[in-house]
Amino acid sequence: MSYRTPLSNVKGLGTANEGSEHFWRQRVTGLANLLLSVFLVYAAFHLVGQDLPGVKAFFQNPLHLVLAVAFVISATYHMRLGMQVVIEDYVHNEGSKIGLLILNTFFTSFVALAGVYSLLKLSFGA
Amino acid sequence: MVQLTLPKKSKPKQGKTWNKPVKGGNWREFHIYRWSPDDDENPQIDTYFVDMDDCGPMVLDGIIWIKNKIDPTLTFRRSCREGICGSCSMNIDGSNTLACTKGLDEIKGAVKIYPLPHMSVVKDLVPDLSHFYAQHRSIEPWLKTTTPEPQKEWKQSIEDRAELDGLYECILCACCSTSCPSYWWNSDRYLGPAALLQAYRWVADSRDEATGERLDNLEDPFRLYRCHTIMNCAKACPKGLSPAKAIAELKKKMVERKY
Repeated sequence: MSYRTPLSNVKGLGTANEGSEHFWRQRVTGLANLLLSVFLVYAAFHLVGQDLPGVKAFFQNPLHLVLAVAFVISATYHMRLGMQVVIEDYVHNEGSKIGLLILNTFFTSFVALAGVYSLLKLSFGA
Repeated sequence: MVQLTLPKKSKPKQGKTWNKPVKGGNWREFHIYRWSPDDDENPQIDTYFVDMDDCGPMVLDGIIWIKNKIDPTLTFRRSCREGICGSCSMNIDGSNTLACTKGLDEIKGAVKIYPLPHMSVVKDLVPDLSHFYAQHRSIEPWLKTTTPEPQKEWKQSIEDRAELDGLYECILCACCSTSCPSYWWNSDRYLGPAALLQAYRWVADSRDEATGERLDNLEDPFRLYRCHTIMNCAKACPKGLSPAKAIAELKKKMVERKY
């Protein structure tokens, strides 16, 4: 039994003074993904059936490399923001929620770093 | 995790059939959710038959007929019977609406009536709206000014007044908020469509001088940003308003003041 007033429950811990930045970044990375996926389709068509030297040659083009790296960063960042919202929506135990939010950051960062490393290796590697 | 199934004690079971239709009437079947805090029973779905030759055309007419003629213990809120007080909101035929403005001819088969979803039930069709009202209170739904009050009224142009159309008509029936999945899962922190529509009603008011503070009060991942534009609110609103649009306008204002 709690004797807190309904208004006290609603006000809770107050506002976090953030949220709009998250919302805005999700839209901006969404737009970036949309534009960069045009390049992704172009790259996919080019790379089908290519052997390793062919793939390397494709990514040695500076524009191709930059666009591919941009896509990896934008997509994984967008993934992190989106998954964060899903976790906040559905996971209500504070401990599990914080744990999953940290894992979410670790996982998406790892995917981003691995992706960027692979692209750089293709482009600059022997 | 959020609770996706009802707790054991909240699962409705088959209830009793109160009256059998007798020959000569024009009978309509009603299935109504019943729960009483006075015993330890699960909720149950009772069946009633209403003589349509003796009853008005709306769902509210039907349940008043039942209360008067068959079962005086059936509990529900109602007042104006014309869609302006917002008391008789309930879940009818699968969607939240006002019993007084929902025609029985709009429903096929038995009329199924439940309380507003995902709210604590006080009794039968009466949900506990204390938290919902406190959320409305928290957005401070009154004119806030620092300029000394004018001798007469605060003036507003016809165009500025028109900005409030589609907002001021809200009757706080809670049909929208209780239809919103985001509100079901996070109503402890998410203000919900009804309170946010009211918040925008005061942000949009040309006479109000507290726009910045109002937006500050909503700058929060839960209070405002749990809205994922699901649009159930706009679909449910018995007054034809769009809380979803009001929330989008709030988000636009949030971005606008950053850049």
